Amino acid sequence: MNVMAVVKRITQQFMRDKRSLALLVIAPVLVITLIWLVLDGNEYEPEIAIDDVPPPLEEVLQEEFDNDTKEMSEEAAKQELQAGDIDAFLTIKENEVFILLEGSDATANSATLRTIQEAVQSMDAGSAAEPVIAYYYGSDQLNLFDQVGSVLIGFFIFFFVFIIGGISFLRERTQGTLEKLLSTPIKRWEIVFGYLIGFGIFTILQSLIIVSYSVFVLDIWMAGDFWQLLLVTFLLAITALSLATLLSAFANNEFQMMQFIPLIIIPQVFFSGIFPVESLAEWLQILSKLMPLTYGANAMQAIMLKGLDIWDVWQDVCIIIGFTTVFVILNIFALKKHRRL
Amino acid sequence: MSKILEMNKVSLSFGKERVLKNINLSVESGEIFGLLGPSGAGKTTLVKIIVGIIEADKGLVMLQGKKMPSLALMKSIGYMSQSDALYQELSAKENLDFFATLYGLKKKKREKVINKAADIVNLSEELNKEVRHYSGGMKRRLSLAASLMHTPRLLILDEPTVGIDPVLRQSIWEEFRKLKENGVTIIVTTHVMDEADKCDRLAMLREGSVIACDTPDNLKAEQHVESIEEAFLAYGGGFQ
Repeated sequence: MNVMAVVKRITQQFMRDKRSLALLVIAPVLVITLIWLVLDGNEYEPEIAIDDVPPPLEEVLQEEFDNDTKEMSEEAAKQELQAGDIDAFLTIKENEVFILLEGSDATANSATLRTIQEAVQSMDAGSAAEPVIAYYYGSDQLNLFDQVGSVLIGFFIFFFVFIIGGISFLRERTQGTLEKLLSTPIKRWEIVFGYLIGFGIFTILQSLIIVSYSVFVLDIWMAGDFWQLLLVTFLLAITALSLATLLSAFANNEFQMMQFIPLIIIPQVFFSGIFPVESLAEWLQILSKLMPLTYGANAMQAIMLKGLDIWDVWQDVCIIIGFTTVFVILNIFALKKHRRL
Repeated sequence: MSKILEMNKVSLSFGKERVLKNINLSVESGEIFGLLGPSGAGKTTLVKIIVGIIEADKGLVMLQGKKMPSLALMKSIGYMSQSDALYQELSAKENLDFFATLYGLKKKKREKVINKAADIVNLSEELNKEVRHYSGGMKRRLSLAASLMHTPRLLILDEPTVGIDPVLRQSIWEEFRKLKENGVTIIVTTHVMDEADKCDRLAMLREGSVIACDTPDNLKAEQHVESIEEAFLAYGGGFQ
């Protein structure tokens, strides 16, 4: 009964506070869209200039570069390179293929070289059989957004739930209502669970919107089951919530709550699979094992990229639930600071 | 009259600082008992011990013959803290409903007690307004209403009239007397001397110790002075 009273109150408060509600849902959607815009761009289409190239080679080059190659002298090409109109100049010098690359843009460089190589290779097609490439996970369609997107969805849900949950619980203390609450016969665990369930309702909503948006609108690589992914993101959000309410006991105001972000939240991104952890020093690897997001991101990647079942990552899921349990119990004890009973 | 509250040799320290030193007090059932003292004297801490939020290091607190703190006994206490402990985004009615639920009142009963409490503090017309649109005085009254709904035997009010204009203060004291007539015991802290005069009995607190405890008239008579303020200075001076 007391738990439900807290849940009802949080729901009422949240519905009145439209801005916080927006922060919880719209902010992650906005950030993920921005990342999508940056990382999910179409493949770079290079343009080159040629001079004195034998007709057979010119033909295949035209084909590979979508008839975008131009004939010009080396001098003219250098000016075009400076202006940034072309990415490379190709000619034959002393019976060898000579390529002058623009060189300042890594993406353009590799795209240009790859296309030229494909063209040169197709010249002597037949002499060497092209290797057949198959993909165990994903496909050649998998781009950077698909790869890091799964981790980022987890991270942003974690981040925004942490901020909103932590500050709400903190405000309970700073506005004096916690003291008033503790003067009633409510038990400490009832407050903690009330918060967990009250915010839980909104995080389910949040996870649903963000995951649906990423999968159906942004078309992120999704090999596994939608509902299983939703369950994992929700569990991760609840972990963030329990961690936030616990840590808010150690902050005296909103500003101090914000100070936990670079200490607790940001490091989790670096260790959660966006960058390879295997190559790191051992003590750093151990550090990554202490972070909830590591397990959440791992499970999400497994479901989204590898198409695995939630049962295949049961260990990760159990550890996330374990983190939540520990945080909740610690939180119930932390409230002893305010009332022994 | 029977004793509703007894405090026996209650002491409390925060770290090295001794906030309360060997407090002995007893409050009779149905009286308005005042705790008078300058800020920092330990009034709020003492009151929180009675409510059960803080536990004393030493000593015994007995409420209705039972040992505090206890969740069961908290039901018979109403507490109004110094700050307006209200949820700004919620309407007055939603605030009252929330606290009434925590005291275990059922829905139908809640409806009734909310209206009654709102009537007492004269906020019946403003019940559906969000608290953030309330004035300071209205919030104070709403806080009072929030501590009345479960008809507590003991009402503990921490500086209830701070920042309230004289007219309203008068009407709130009127309310206290009405509650007293209905058998409610009231403990009220204050640092306003003329308010202390309105209490049935008064404990004077200074630096964590009770320096005197009696009816306002007796306190004045004993020191041969005209006002509580002079009496307080006389008792305090004797200790220095």
